[in-house]
Amino acid sequence: MLAVRDTRDRDAFGALFDHFAPRLKGFIMRTGSSAHNAEEIVQDVMLTVWRKAHMFDPHRAQVSAWVYQIARNRQIDIARKYNRPIPDELAEDPGSEPDASQILAVEQETGKLKQALSTLKPEQREIIEKAYLGELTHQEISDQTGLPLGTIKSRIRLGLDRLRHELKAMRQ
Amino acid sequence: MNAITHHTPDAMLAAYAAGTLPHAFAVVVATHVSLCVHCRAALEAHQAIGGAVLDATDSVTVSDHLKSDILAQLDAPAPREVTYTRSGIYPGPVMQALEGKEPNWKTLGMGVRQSILSSNQEGSVRLLYIPPGQAVPDHGHNGLELTLVLQGSFSDETGRFGVGDLEIADEDLEHTPTANQGDPCICLAATDAPLRFHALLPRLLQPFFKI
Repeated sequence: MLAVRDTRDRDAFGALFDHFAPRLKGFIMRTGSSAHNAEEIVQDVMLTVWRKAHMFDPHRAQVSAWVYQIARNRQIDIARKYNRPIPDELAEDPGSEPDASQILAVEQETGKLKQALSTLKPEQREIIEKAYLGELTHQEISDQTGLPLGTIKSRIRLGLDRLRHELKAMRQ
Repeated sequence: MNAITHHTPDAMLAAYAAGTLPHAFAVVVATHVSLCVHCRAALEAHQAIGGAVLDATDSVTVSDHLKSDILAQLDAPAPREVTYTRSGIYPGPVMQALEGKEPNWKTLGMGVRQSILSSNQEGSVRLLYIPPGQAVPDHGHNGLELTLVLQGSFSDETGRFGVGDLEIADEDLEHTPTANQGDPCICLAATDAPLRFHALLPRLLQPFFKI
């Protein structure tokens, strides 16, 4: 992803496509799209990944998280014919050097998160999938008292706490 | 600026990430996240979970031509996309809802003004302008009301809300938000159903002002 962002590397983009396109197609088809429509959305999402690559920040997100949000945004924009509200971007400090330890920390936290997801009971896992596929309202998510959302999120807490400090520093 | 103490509930952040919040609420949540590092970090956690779900999704083989189709389009000019950034006290998502224009204030009486950003069956989102010391007419809600302070502050039966604070009021809460002394209070308010006003006059005006 960084090669795509920094050097507009087409082979690297091809590798991203090979990883994400089939998953995105499966993901979008699970939300009820036909195979044909799903491929149109995959195309739209992958082109958005290419065009917005400069906005990807490995200090804050893994590629999958970033692609996930683009996919949900594009699906909604296309379905509703208007752009959904997006928070202001945080401007990266110009000239700031990449912080390898922070990038590694994000990767490790994400690894722990995936581990936590894979050890869930099937019914809990299904609820998580439904929530993030956009099949539950906020009220339904809120009513899922058995949902270990807090537990899962606490696994990535450490990285997020660090993130929070950095964001605060950027704002001051 | 005082620290933000009233945050977006976790389930709403998850629903925002997944795209299931009604539009009016999504405008408020995106605006709150623009102001609140705590909730931005929490939202990014939800995006990370969404990413993990995406990564674990069973792959479905794509058509042979899809990759070459996309690669062929990489050099095509990107469609022009208007992006809105913060202007004064209004974060990007508010400017987006205003389509880059100034608020179109309409007076509601007693110095209170509103500017409706969008309103339909799904709910409505508006800016409210309340002079210091002035109360928003006593009202209950059908459904939920989200109120985010952009300037000044207000207090009601549940506490004090300053810039960046988000109040979530359900239909059981009958409250009288009153602007505190200082700058006029400007809020972004969203409901998923029309408000019910108790005073006679506002109720008569309700259909007229879409409140």
